[in-house]
Amino acid sequence: MATQARNEMNGIEHNSMTNKYLTFVLATEEYAVDILRVQEIKGWSKVTPIPNTPDYIRGVINLRGTIVPIIDLRLRFSLDRLDYGQTTVVVVVKVVSGSRERIMGIVVDAVSDVYDVAENEIKPPPDFGSVISMKFIRGLATVNEKMVIILDIDRLLNSGELAIVEQHLTERMPAAMMN
Amino acid sequence: MAIDMTEVQQLFYEESYEGLDNMESILLDLEVGTMDKEITNSIFRVVHSIKGGAGIFKFDRVVTFAHVAETLLDEMRNGQHVVTQHLIDLLLNSVDVLRMMLGSLQGEKTLIIKEVEACQHQLEAVLKKNQEIKTTSPEVSPVAATPAEPPPPPSLPVVTNSQKIWNIHFKPYPSLLKTGNDPLNLFRELSNLGELTVTVDTRNLPDFKELVAENCYLAWELNLCSSAELNEIQEIFEWVEGDCDLKITLTSESVPVSDRPPASELSGGVTESTPPEPDGRPTIATVEIPPLVASEPPQVVAATVHEQIPTPPQDSLKIESSPVVTIQEENASVLATSPAKVQIKESSSEKNNLSNTGQQHNSETSSIRVGIDKIDALINMVGELVITQSMLDQVGQSFDAARIIQLRDGLAQLERNTRELQESVMRIRMLPIGFSFNRFPRLVHDLSSQLGKKVELKLSGEHTELDKTVLEKMSDPLVHLVRNALDHGIEMPAQRLAAGKPEVGMLKLHAFHQSGSIIIQISDDGAGIDTDKVLQKARNLGLIHSEENLTEEQLYELIFHPGLSTATQVSDLSGRGVGMDVVRRNIRALGGTIDVKSKRGKGSTFNIRLPLTLAILDGQLVRIGHDIYILSLLSIIESLRVNPKYVNALAGRAEVYKLRDEYIPILRLYELFDIPATTTKLEEGLLVIVEGDGQKIGLFVDELLSQQQIVIKSLESNYKQIQGVSGATILGDGNVALILDVAGIIQLFHHRTNYLTRHHSIISSSHVATMTI
Repeated sequence: MATQARNEMNGIEHNSMTNKYLTFVLATEEYAVDILRVQEIKGWSKVTPIPNTPDYIRGVINLRGTIVPIIDLRLRFSLDRLDYGQTTVVVVVKVVSGSRERIMGIVVDAVSDVYDVAENEIKPPPDFGSVISMKFIRGLATVNEKMVIILDIDRLLNSGELAIVEQHLTERMPAAMMN
Repeated sequence: MAIDMTEVQQLFYEESYEGLDNMESILLDLEVGTMDKEITNSIFRVVHSIKGGAGIFKFDRVVTFAHVAETLLDEMRNGQHVVTQHLIDLLLNSVDVLRMMLGSLQGEKTLIIKEVEACQHQLEAVLKKNQEIKTTSPEVSPVAATPAEPPPPPSLPVVTNSQKIWNIHFKPYPSLLKTGNDPLNLFRELSNLGELTVTVDTRNLPDFKELVAENCYLAWELNLCSSAELNEIQEIFEWVEGDCDLKITLTSESVPVSDRPPASELSGGVTESTPPEPDGRPTIATVEIPPLVASEPPQVVAATVHEQIPTPPQDSLKIESSPVVTIQEENASVLATSPAKVQIKESSSEKNNLSNTGQQHNSETSSIRVGIDKIDALINMVGELVITQSMLDQVGQSFDAARIIQLRDGLAQLERNTRELQESVMRIRMLPIGFSFNRFPRLVHDLSSQLGKKVELKLSGEHTELDKTVLEKMSDPLVHLVRNALDHGIEMPAQRLAAGKPEVGMLKLHAFHQSGSIIIQISDDGAGIDTDKVLQKARNLGLIHSEENLTEEQLYELIFHPGLSTATQVSDLSGRGVGMDVVRRNIRALGGTIDVKSKRGKGSTFNIRLPLTLAILDGQLVRIGHDIYILSLLSIIESLRVNPKYVNALAGRAEVYKLRDEYIPILRLYELFDIPATTTKLEEGLLVIVEGDGQKIGLFVDELLSQQQIVIKSLESNYKQIQGVSGATILGDGNVALILDVAGIIQLFHHRTNYLTRHHSIISSSHVATMTI
């Protein structure tokens, strides 16, 4: 059911369809998410850390009365940590998790642009064995002769520590013991 | 007048369920061999109203079934049956069948026709035994019945030889209308039996200014020309028995024409009774009730009442909200469209309980019945809030420094208003726990007979209120505990006698408030928990090492462990060892705790402590490092500054604090949460002694901040549950603070200490694993 919903939302079934994508920069690479999933873009503000979570989960913020977790994409992709600056933004996105929807914020270096990308222009990613696991990438598209990496945010933000299925405590213990 | 039938139908369901719940509890109180006319009467009335109501909506199956049950009850009432256990069980079964039928009509349950028929046959079988005295004619179904014969012309009654003239003197007590009875309905019923002449006697009507709108001042003389027998007429007056003076006399076997009132007086059919004049007494108006015609809803009485007395709106509210308003038939339209059509009942507590149980069946709409006093309190408070707002508005419009005191006062008032408003809104969600307790008499009755045990159930504190959500979620754990007590706790009668205990076991359910939480106690005087068996089983399962010495509390703690049951035999009731851990998990999920005290041979007591509400808690803000966390005030026992000389190290690593005569483990939260600390020296911070799951632990925090009411926000909705954190809240500055779950933290702490002691050597190498993507 979830996959179906995802497919409909991403319009995979309609190949000729053109969708709008919001792109952002992460360590000089340009990544894109379906713009319909973007709730808002806001500047970086102080978060409340959650104990015993991996460092890519920065914490939670108050988004008009609801508690929203904030994920640092650089750290999630094991890229180098970058100090948050003027352009650092939080992209608040809607994530389909099983039968429900969750709202999460992702920290990126900067927002870039909004592009129209036809579905049939999205090419499957080559297996280049990079640090970013291929399963989080829906495909690659070329816009204005630049390569844009289209993310599958449902997979990305339901993986690992963000999965709804609770991990057993003892599996998490080593992370807590790190320092 | 358009009638919304679905609404009326909804009322019928609710009232029927209420009635059935009532009937069930009465049946359970009924003792074998007794013959209390009052009790049988009240059961009879329940079935009778269901039959009547079902008739309106043409629920024929319900009508047929209810009729059979009703006939049986009627015979019981007349002393033709002695109450036997079989009879009680049969009637309890009928309650279930009726519930099932109503449920299926609402589309919530599936109707198992076989069960209905089986039950009906059983009822009929009992009836057949008493065939020779059976008098009630089978087709009498008062409300559902349509006039069998065309109505005879009013002035020229067709009199056959078999017809008799009954004279009925009917003088209701003033309170009749308050019980929801309407004389009009009775007359209509009577008119179904034959030719009816009604004479109203208005002598008792007081002066207009002394008149109370809710009272019935009228009396009636009725002449019924019918072939009906006395008992059929009595049956019609069934509901008002005890609310009126009633005399039914047989005047003659045939009707002489001269007995009839002159035709001229009758013409016009309905004559409104005139308002009384002081000198004009006695005034007697004659009202002729035409036989029931479907297209003409007879609203005579209702109409006269309303016309005679110009009723102010609040009075009709009173009528609506009086505890026992039975809305029946077409007259429902009169009441249902009255201005105050609020579904609120005056909180006559007993009635409220019953109505709540009725609500239970209707869970999909998930409505809540609120006492009108609570609503009134809310309205008052909103009024005050509006006043405060306008005051502040005024201050704001022309503000200068001189008015700062006014502003401060206004803000203080606003704060008070807000708090009060919040409290009263929370109170709306509160329901008496009796709502949940009510099901237990039946459960205990059924289970004890199934198990061959004798058990007396005592309920107390049913009026203790708690949040609706908590209440609903507590139902299953409570059922489980009660079952356990019956199955494992209370012994067989012979065993009890041998142990020198009374044959009848005692099971008590008690609820009460204690410092901001609600405590539910389930205690039995049975065998108690066999700690040896528990220990044995736990060792077999490898939960504890054989050489470990456990305290009593730790032993009892073991019964909450999954897979542990001391029942020698697994029954269909319990003993599979899946129950208690689920019970505890459910209670924990509600932020509550459960503990058990037991004495071998004397019985066990389970104590459940629950928060009153789930949405708000009294919180203590604490600072750990640079972050603010919240502890529930309820879990805090005391806070103290650490005296280093009472800190002891255990086994090299764990620290304990000697507090009076107890050793309390110290948990450094910054360590557990892996956050940078401002101080690691115990004497520079504070130790907050908290209790969770029956264990005490000292939490080391940097600083205690303010105490405040915390609105709990879910972390789960956008993230997930986190061990040791029960939720989050938004502080005054807009930042998020996490609410600590003491029981969870203690667990986490134990896991960690175990982990440390067992895997100390491999820690450094294994921690990297989870960090990879």
